[in-house]
Amino acid sequence: MTGAAVPSERAGSPLDRPTIPPTLPPGATRGRRALGVRIQGAVIGDRVYTAAITFFALCVPMLLILIAIEIFIAGWPALHKFGFSFLTSSAWDPVNGNFGAAPAIYGTLVSSTIALAIATPLAIGVAIFLSEFAPQWLRQPVAFLVDLLAAVPSVVYGLWGIFVLLPILRTSVMPFLRDTLHLGVLPFFSGPAYGPSMLAAGLILSIMVLPYISSVSREVLLAVPRSQREAALALGATKWETIWGAVLPYAKSGIIGGVILGLGRALGETMAVTMLIGNRPQISASLFAPGYTMASLIANEFSEASGDLHLSALMAVGFVLFVITLIVNAVARWLVWQVSRSSGEKMA
Amino acid sequence: MQRRHPSGLASIIGSALAVIFVLAACGGAGDQKTAAGAPSAGSSSGGADLTGAGATFPYPIYSKWFADYAAKTGVKINYQSIGSGGGIRQLTEGTVDFGASDAPMTDAELAKTKGPVLHVPTVLGAVVLTYNVPGVTQPLRLTGDVIADLFLGKIAKWNDPRIKALNPGVSLPATDVLIVHRSDGSGTTYIFSDYLAAVSPTWSAAPGKGKELQWPVGMGGKGNEGVAGQVKQTPGAIGYVELAYAKQNNLPYATVKNASGAFVVPTIASVTAAGAGAAASLPPNTDFRVSIVNAPGADAYPISSFTYLLINKTPADAAKGKKILDFVKWALSDGEQSAASLDYAPLPAAIVTRLSARLDSLSAGPTS
Repeated sequence: MTGAAVPSERAGSPLDRPTIPPTLPPGATRGRRALGVRIQGAVIGDRVYTAAITFFALCVPMLLILIAIEIFIAGWPALHKFGFSFLTSSAWDPVNGNFGAAPAIYGTLVSSTIALAIATPLAIGVAIFLSEFAPQWLRQPVAFLVDLLAAVPSVVYGLWGIFVLLPILRTSVMPFLRDTLHLGVLPFFSGPAYGPSMLAAGLILSIMVLPYISSVSREVLLAVPRSQREAALALGATKWETIWGAVLPYAKSGIIGGVILGLGRALGETMAVTMLIGNRPQISASLFAPGYTMASLIANEFSEASGDLHLSALMAVGFVLFVITLIVNAVARWLVWQVSRSSGEKMA
Repeated sequence: MQRRHPSGLASIIGSALAVIFVLAACGGAGDQKTAAGAPSAGSSSGGADLTGAGATFPYPIYSKWFADYAAKTGVKINYQSIGSGGGIRQLTEGTVDFGASDAPMTDAELAKTKGPVLHVPTVLGAVVLTYNVPGVTQPLRLTGDVIADLFLGKIAKWNDPRIKALNPGVSLPATDVLIVHRSDGSGTTYIFSDYLAAVSPTWSAAPGKGKELQWPVGMGGKGNEGVAGQVKQTPGAIGYVELAYAKQNNLPYATVKNASGAFVVPTIASVTAAGAGAAASLPPNTDFRVSIVNAPGADAYPISSFTYLLINKTPADAAKGKKILDFVKWALSDGEQSAASLDYAPLPAAIVTRLSARLDSLSAGPTS
């Protein structure tokens, strides 16, 4: 799927391309009189085909809009009752029916940011190695193994996190960051180290989004024309200068597309994060402190939520997550467009 | 490829198929609303005579009962363990023949159902406190107010004088207390908070009781296994899990002081004793929606609770209603025998007697 998406990303959206005209191909018009019946059948066939395909294409966005409307309607009682404070309040008290989503929004954004900050350089490094340096016999196996990370079920990441990552974080990484490196003076690395934390969630997310970013980046880098590299090398550039100056700028918009794909995954990931983040609705500057994300809040509470306002508040959280994802994707699209336009100007 | 001339007939058939497929796909997507909270509700009921949904806690014993009952009578019962809240929602919407819940339905929930609902206690469960305190080998002794203050964050160190006073001779470390609670909504949390609200006025006022709470301190683990995993790994941690889960996984758990002043080890016998202690004070026309936390009785374990089957007193389908009643009667007589083998506490005899009388009056006529 990603392989097919990448080239079109570079060439512009597939929808921008001229669609197949519903008229007959030029060769067929000449035979119209001779083969009237057959042609007429073909005209009807093409029309029906176009209609079917258009309907097919519209079905997906319609579904998306319907979902958004449904969630909004279900979340409206809570949004109406709490108004803007739903986004700013830290209260989440199902017993007394007082809800605010601020900690979950904060947690979603922070954990995704940590994930991208770690995964992006790693993934691009992997992609550059595989496309530029790795010998042919190594390229396929390593690429396969990296892609395989995406096939591991989320709950398995969560279990691995509980039994391997958390003990390492608690006994080694967190004390090392806080005490040995004296980063404890910063608010980000202070406080007791229990294990389940924003940092743990960000780390597990970084592993989970890595294959998406690296797979897309690799395909994009492999699609960079040879002439691009040869030209740079011919000008006397070193290998490093070639990659930095000629290959990466060419592939930039595609790589950003890959990062966005990873970000989308990080924002929505539920199971592994729930198992590692500590599920505490609070906003703390420390990455060692437990937090909460919107997705895990919904997953945790939906099945047993019985009060109408509680259910509505969870739906409202879902709607906020929907909107945030939409905004992030819109910004990303704009970024890709900006980058491809400016690099296009540079090329020209 | 784009320029290839398609054969007329083939393209018509192809597009017709595409339209049908899309219509089918879109139509299917619109029907999912009733299944909120139920991943596979209704879809797997084919071939079953009765369908039910609800609590996950009694699922192991219920599935054993359903299998035994099907072997004996041929009546097949399909049960989806989607959680108490989902069970109540589905019963209210009428998508299942019976529901199941760890916490009794509230008056507000009962007001929304199509007809009167009878709560049938089936087995008892208990919540135990599991902990990881370095150096402590014998079971800790705790009281209700100490547990409440631990979970309120008022007792922050394990060598607090109040814990020391309850556990003479135990060397308690100066470690910080870390509270681990359930992050997912659960009947276990309901029972535990019901108990804390009963023994501590402060708790009753501030977090209160419910399946999800605003916890004053600590962090959340998903499911019994999430709580147990975090407690096991973190020195100084204390959390609460179901008795059956703690027994099956050999977790350490505390003995708790009951209403009679005795420190009671949570066992199947002491949980049943709690049910018996509470049964004595039930009014004759009880709807069985009773809390049995902190029950009287010298042997009663204080953090115990019934789990319920929820059945319509006036079912739309009389034949199905009779089948459910027959099953419940069988469960109360034969089914209870196998409860202990799966670490569930069977109902005390006093409750079974009163329930049977109530069920007989139901099957005699829909007037009750």
